[in-house]
Amino acid sequence: MSLITANSVSVSYGGRRVLTGIDFQIDRGEIVTIVGPNGSGKTSFLRTLLGVVAPDKGRITRAKGMRIGYVPQRLHLDPGLPMPVARFLSLPTRQSPQEIAEVLGRVGVPDVARQNMATLSGGQFQRVLLARALLIRPDILMLDEPTAGLDQPGVAAFYRLIEDVRRDLGCAVLSVSHDLHVVMSASDRVICINGHICCEGAPQVVRDAPEYRALFGLGTGGALALYQHSHDHVHDENCAHNDNHNHAKEHADHAG
Amino acid sequence: MLDDFLMRALLAGLAVAVATGPLGCFVVWRRMAYFGDATAHAAILGVALALGFQISIFIGTMVVALIMAMVVAALAGRGWAMDTTLGVLAHSALAFGLVAVSFLPNVRVDLSAYLFGDILAVSRFDLAVIALGSALVLGLILWRWQGLLMSTLSEDLAQSAGINPGRERMVLTLALAVVVAVALKIVGALLIAALLIIPAAAARNLARSPEMMALFAMAIGAVSVFGGLQLSLAQDTPSGPSIVVIAAMIFLATTLGATLVQNRSGR
Repeated sequence: MSLITANSVSVSYGGRRVLTGIDFQIDRGEIVTIVGPNGSGKTSFLRTLLGVVAPDKGRITRAKGMRIGYVPQRLHLDPGLPMPVARFLSLPTRQSPQEIAEVLGRVGVPDVARQNMATLSGGQFQRVLLARALLIRPDILMLDEPTAGLDQPGVAAFYRLIEDVRRDLGCAVLSVSHDLHVVMSASDRVICINGHICCEGAPQVVRDAPEYRALFGLGTGGALALYQHSHDHVHDENCAHNDNHNHAKEHADHAG
Repeated sequence: MLDDFLMRALLAGLAVAVATGPLGCFVVWRRMAYFGDATAHAAILGVALALGFQISIFIGTMVVALIMAMVVAALAGRGWAMDTTLGVLAHSALAFGLVAVSFLPNVRVDLSAYLFGDILAVSRFDLAVIALGSALVLGLILWRWQGLLMSTLSEDLAQSAGINPGRERMVLTLALAVVVAVALKIVGALLIAALLIIPAAAARNLARSPEMMALFAMAIGAVSVFGGLQLSLAQDTPSGPSIVVIAAMIFLATTLGATLVQNRSGR
């Protein structure tokens, strides 16, 4: 059974329709990336899946007892709130010092436990957010542009870490990004979103899809080479469409 | 022991400080200072209504404060410009309350007791109600501590962990209304927000974790009550403002101390 299923979900935000007719599902262990330009509704979609935003049409079904490890895009820490890293990791459930040391080692920042969150660098901060999500022992990791503000080596390192984590824990990974450069090749499935689902399928399929190119231009194609690795082949030759684009056949041709 | 009005005053003040300490931390962390003001100022309207309908002042202020807090929370949820909205509500509530009191027939009310507090006039019954209210607030905050902290950090993060941030907001709103009702006698409607914010802000300079900050805020509040009471007795100053003056001086001291330490370690 799928972890999360969305059936023709529509979402409005402040009276404006931001998402229309989204069908979506993610299974255990799957890596799915959602891409879309700024303002395309991808963060709203993630928040809908989390249950923060209620859809005004359609239905979200979550597997019973599913644990979500959520890594937000950024976390504003009020300067009035002193928050050591170790304390932060004990939210929402208390963790032993051993567990905290272990998870910090795993995400590559072993020495920050006693530091205040506000003193961390951007990269350290994201890793601590990830560590907290891991302590939940998630069935699914949800990452909202987790690498915003990191430089390119930082981004690559972060996604490599995510891949390691997923291999060890076997959790599903749903991440949201505004560019495909680095994220894409590790994904089982990419969903290109712009108010609705434009196209979806294996990374290469989406990369070559006219809808994706129309949204992002052609310039991104070459940059994919940045993070090529062994997964980089087509898993899924059927680029699913839930929109009546007449490009559907072209996609399949491309992929094949 | 409770026959001594000074002892009653001190105990009542300490009870309130124990509740306002941790609650005040959340007010600071969530930037609800004006929210506290609006709720507290509405208490005067509650006093007027309580006297008019001849019900308990505690009940009257608590109900009106709760209504005010819920109105403000609802407006905040709709994305109104909070600064302006709260400014309008806080001062309107106070003005309506003051006007309403003046309409009461045959009631001679010493308004300054409600505006500035009258800690030396705490009766045994008052003390019981204050202690009960404070214990309720403290218990509520302790019980919901992790959830409150989590949804203060990020409502999305809280939601992802199965914590309902709306419910945590409601807990704080309720706690605020109760604190307003019990603190009215101690510092008065005009300065309740000060008793929430100043000890917490002073504690921030010393604390390294949220729990430490809440404990320090309690302690600083307690010291302020003790010192303010002394000042009020010795110099015949109004009790509420005296307590806040001591708290403000502690804030100044911890701020200066923190700045000095920072500069020294910065070199």
